[in-house]
Amino acid sequence: MIRKRGLNNETPGIKKKEPISSISLLLTITISTFVAMYVIAMIVWGGGFLNPQQFLDIFNNNAFLIVLACGLTVVMIAAGIDISVGGITALVTMACVVYLDDKGGSVIGSMAMALGIGLAFGLFQGFLIAYLDIQPFIVTLAGMFFAKGMTTIVSVAPRTATNEAFMAIKNFRIVIPGIGSYGKAGNFIPARIEPGVIVALVVVAAIFVVLKWTRFGRNLYAVGGNHQSARMLGINVKRTKFFSYLLCGLLAGIGGYVYLLHTGAGNASNATAAEMQAIASAIIGGSLLTGGVGSVIGTLFGVLSLKTISNIVIASGLREPYWQSITTGLMLCFFILLQSVILAVREKGGIITMLPRWLIPKGRKTADNEQ
Amino acid sequence: MIQFFKKLVKSQLAIPLFALLLVIVFNVIRDIGFFSLNITTNNDGNIVLTGNIISILNGASELAILAIGMTLVTAAARGQDISVGAATAIAGSVFVRVLRENEITMVVILFAFLAACLVAILFGAFNGTLVSVFKIQAMIASLILFTAGRPIAYWINGGATPTVESPLLGYIGSFIPGIPIPTPIIIVVVFGTIVSLVLKFTNLGLYTQAVGINEKSARLNGINAVLMKLLTFMILGVCVAIAGCINVSRIGLINHETILLDIEMDAILAVAIGGNALSGGKFSLIGSVIGAYIIQALTITLYAMKVASTDVKAFKAIVIIAIVVIGSPTVKKFAVQLRDKLFKRRKKMTEITENL
Repeated sequence: MIRKRGLNNETPGIKKKEPISSISLLLTITISTFVAMYVIAMIVWGGGFLNPQQFLDIFNNNAFLIVLACGLTVVMIAAGIDISVGGITALVTMACVVYLDDKGGSVIGSMAMALGIGLAFGLFQGFLIAYLDIQPFIVTLAGMFFAKGMTTIVSVAPRTATNEAFMAIKNFRIVIPGIGSYGKAGNFIPARIEPGVIVALVVVAAIFVVLKWTRFGRNLYAVGGNHQSARMLGINVKRTKFFSYLLCGLLAGIGGYVYLLHTGAGNASNATAAEMQAIASAIIGGSLLTGGVGSVIGTLFGVLSLKTISNIVIASGLREPYWQSITTGLMLCFFILLQSVILAVREKGGIITMLPRWLIPKGRKTADNEQ
Repeated sequence: MIQFFKKLVKSQLAIPLFALLLVIVFNVIRDIGFFSLNITTNNDGNIVLTGNIISILNGASELAILAIGMTLVTAAARGQDISVGAATAIAGSVFVRVLRENEITMVVILFAFLAACLVAILFGAFNGTLVSVFKIQAMIASLILFTAGRPIAYWINGGATPTVESPLLGYIGSFIPGIPIPTPIIIVVVFGTIVSLVLKFTNLGLYTQAVGINEKSARLNGINAVLMKLLTFMILGVCVAIAGCINVSRIGLINHETILLDIEMDAILAVAIGGNALSGGKFSLIGSVIGAYIIQALTITLYAMKVASTDVKAFKAIVIIAIVVIGSPTVKKFAVQLRDKLFKRRKKMTEITENL
C-alpha cells in the first residue's frame, strides 16, 4: 500500500492539486487582509505604525477580547452562540475588585473567584442549552442580564483596585529584548507587553491544540457541521455542546481577569458590547455561525484586524468616535459578503447561483433549475 | 370547558398566558392596590386614566410593535434582527430632522413619519437582501447595522440631541383630548389589528410560515422565498419607524445613544416568551404581543417592589430562565411522564381496592 501510494505521487505529468479547505481559505484571506492592511498603514501613515510598541499595544489593550473571542469561536464551531461573555467580564472585574479591597482577599483567591464565576455561568448555561434544549440565544441573553444586574448589585459605583500584591502584578511589564523605538532624546525605549498578553497567547495556543488534536475538538466540528450525522457516528452531541459552553464560560472568567489586569478597575460599564466585538472578530476570522467552520488563529487575526482598522481611522484624522463604528460596520459587511460569495462559489459552482432568478441571464443553469 | 382548557394547554399560547397569570397572581398576593385605576386630570386639563396597568400597556407600546415585526422576521428568516434598536435611532432622527426643518402641522408630522418609514424600510431591505439573497444568517447580517446604526443616527442630526416641541406631538406620545387612554396603546391595537387582518386575508401569513418551515419545499411549490424574506424585513422596517416615532413624540427629543437601548434583546425575548420557536416556522402574533406586555409588567412590578433600576436586569433574568425552563420540551416530556406514572398508579390502586 505504502509503495503504491508513493508510486502514485511520483507519476510524472499528473499533478493532482489538493483543493484547499474552506477553513484554510478563509484563514488565508483573513491573515493576508490583516498583513496587507498593516503594510499599507505603515507606508501611508508611517509614524506610529512603524513603532513596534504600537503594534504590541493592540495586544495589550485587547488581550481580554482575544480570550473572549476564543471562547466564542469554540461555541460557534459547535453551531451555538454565547452573548453573556461581556456581562461575565464586567461581573468578574467588579467582584474581584470588591473582594481584593473590601474583603482583604489574596491575589490567588481573586483568580480562583474569576475562574469560579466563569465556570458557574458556563455550567448553568451549558446545562440549560444542551440538556434542556432551550435556545442558546435566550439562555445566554438571560445570562448577560443576570451578570450585568449582579454587577450593579455588588457595587453601583465604579471601583479601582488598591491591593498592593495585585497592583504589583498589574504594573508588571515584560520587556521584549531587541525590539523598541528611540525616544525624542535618542534614548532606546524597549517594547513592553502586559502579563495579560501572555495569558491570551497561551489561551490561543491551548484552544488551537484542543481544536486540532483532541477528540473533543474534532467532535465540536462534527456536531457543528451536522448534529444528526454526528449522533449517528456515536458522538455524544449533548455532552459536546455542554462542554463547549462550559469552556466558553471559563474563558469569559479568564477574560474578565485579564481585563482587570489591564485597567485595574471594576465598573458596570466594563466590556460593554464586548460580546458583539468578539462575535465580529470570530466572523472576520472565518468562523461561520452555522457551525462546523472556524479556527482560533483566524479569530486572533480577526481581533487584530478589527483594532488595526480603529487605529487607521484615528491616524487618518477622523477622530469622532462614530467613525470607528461605521468603519467597523463596513469591514464586517465586506468580510461577511466575501465569505458568503466564496462559500457559494465553492459549494454551488458559481456566483450566478446566488442571484435571484430575475437577475440571471437567460439559459444559465441555476440551483433552482437543477432541483 | 375541560375540552377548551385541554386545547389551551396544548396550544402555543399556553406559555405566555401561564407567565402572564403568574405575574398577575404574584401581584395580587403582594399588593392588590397594584391594579387600581384612577381617573385624574393631567397638566393639559384632560381627563385621563392612570395606574400601573395603564403604565404597563403604555410603556410596552414600542416593544409590542417591534415584537410584531420581529415575529414575522423570525418566522420567515429563521433568525433575528438585532439592529432594531439602532434602526429606531435612525428612523427617529429622520423624523426629528424633518420636523425641525418645517413648521409642525399635522401634515408635516405625517410627512415626517412617511420619511422615517421610507428610511427604515430601506435599512430593513438592506438587512433583508443580505439574508435572503446572500444567504447570510440574520443575526450576523444585522450585526453590521447594529454596529453602524447609532453612529448614522448621530450623523443625521449633526451630532446634537435636538428637541421638538408641539402639542400635536403630545397627541401621539401621550393623550388626545377627550380620550382617556394613552394614544400609544391605541396605535398598538390599530396596528396589530391591521397586521393580523392582512395576514388573515392575504397569503402573507401562510407563505411566511411555509418559507420558515421548509424553504426548499416552499420554493418548489412556487413561493418566492427570497421575496418573502425580504418582505418580512421591510415590514419590520415599518414597525421600527412607528416605534421610533412614538418614542420621539413621547419624550420630545432624540438621543441617538440611548433611544430604545437594548430593545432588540427585549423584542427577541418577547417573541420567545410568546411561544414562538426562534428557529422559524409557525408563529403567533398575539403571543409575541403578550410576551411584550409580560416583560413590561415584570419591570413595573420590580420597580413597584423598589428594586433599583440598575438591578432589575438580574431579577428579570431569573424570571426569564424560569419561564423558558417550564416551557422547554424536555421538561414538558418529563412532566407528562411523571403525570402518567402517578395517574397509572392511582388507577391500579383503585382497581386493587375494587377487587378487594
